[in-house]
Amino acid sequence: MALLELYHYWVFAVLLMIGFYAVIAKLNLIKKLIGLSLFQAAVFLLYISMGKVSGGTAPVFSEMLPDDQLFSNPLPQVLILTAIVVGISTVALGLGMIVRIKEEYGTIEENEIQEIDRR
Amino acid sequence: MTIILSIFLLTMLVITAVAIVRIRNLFAAVMLSGIFSLLLAANFFLLDAADVALTEAAVGAGISTVLFLGALAMTAETEHSSSTNRGIALIVTTTTLLALIYATFDKPAFGDPAAPIHQHVAPWYLETTREAIDIPNVVTAVLGSFRGYDTLGEVFVVFTAGIGVLFMLGARSGGPKRAIPEQTEGLRHYQVPRIVGRMLIPFILLFALYVQFHGEYSPGGGFQAGAIFAAAMILYALLEGEKRALHALPQKLLVFLIAGGALLYGGVGVVTMLLGGNFLDYSVLADDPVKGQQMGLLVIEAGVGITVTGVLLSIYHAFAARDKF
Repeated sequence: MALLELYHYWVFAVLLMIGFYAVIAKLNLIKKLIGLSLFQAAVFLLYISMGKVSGGTAPVFSEMLPDDQLFSNPLPQVLILTAIVVGISTVALGLGMIVRIKEEYGTIEENEIQEIDRR
Repeated sequence: MTIILSIFLLTMLVITAVAIVRIRNLFAAVMLSGIFSLLLAANFFLLDAADVALTEAAVGAGISTVLFLGALAMTAETEHSSSTNRGIALIVTTTTLLALIYATFDKPAFGDPAAPIHQHVAPWYLETTREAIDIPNVVTAVLGSFRGYDTLGEVFVVFTAGIGVLFMLGARSGGPKRAIPEQTEGLRHYQVPRIVGRMLIPFILLFALYVQFHGEYSPGGGFQAGAIFAAAMILYALLEGEKRALHALPQKLLVFLIAGGALLYGGVGVVTMLLGGNFLDYSVLADDPVKGQQMGLLVIEAGVGITVTGVLLSIYHAFAARDKF
């Protein structure tokens, strides 16, 4: 059971590295960007996992809850909430760059772009 | 029971992520990343983060998928070349993975209420929200009031990203466009998605408004509402074609929304300063400091929602205007 308690963190580490692998090993720029958003999602999961309190509930007060109700930590939730929206904006910026690269070079594969640059 | 469900969902996350990286067809990879986001949202919900789950479902599974598909339509559907440094990449990632897993053994147990993260400022937020702001949703209180500077910064990051995309893609239209006859624009010649979709749009818009203005009482707020509102308008554009969507919400108005929302947020800060308080200290907005806080929150959340809607819709239109298929 003690090992199960760390399962969230392990999934975080695995997802982080899957995303990182896509960023460094894939040559297709869109695939790299998807990898980057996987990396980002892993960080979100780490923050939210750390904010969880056993026996706690979502940090919204209600008269139906008992007085001694535990609440999960609101702070990581706030940070990640804004980070998700900022994340999609930066991904859109990256996609815009990829579209421009495609228009200029006719390809979105990194090795082919470098070949064209070398000419 | 919850623990079994969360282990199942987390395992599914890893499987989906592996599939996303391995699959060569980019269209399938984008669809799988939509599924990944939905699974992630379910995980967030199990981890008591209802606000975050709502945002991830709207942004990750909805808008991000549409944007990636728009970019795919203009680039390529399959990745062809295979990298030469896969061995090195595997060694680097595996080593880092082992180091990270070794580090997790030093972390406090999952859900431990005595963990350092729950000691500092978090209990103070939970206690003070009741007296100082008196709204049930602590996440909204921290987002808008206690950490108002932080959120203002995030809004300006979104604003800057939107301007950046408009500069890169919006400046000139992508070559001569094939004239599309009115009847075949969007999905107008597919009756079933069109009619079902049209029926859904008013309810999605209504839900966006609910999420926006009920954000102080239940999970919700400007970021989520903006994303949901933009999703509804993107659905309209997909069904009825770009022209009609731009007729309903013209680009000029969207640019105005992008700047207007951010200005509204910053303007509240200036007003509080003029009334003798600190920047973004809403207590001075009304005679009763608690009422002032609530008023300030309502206005800045509206500002956030307006900017997020404007930016996401402008980005979508910038991509769609370049489509040459």
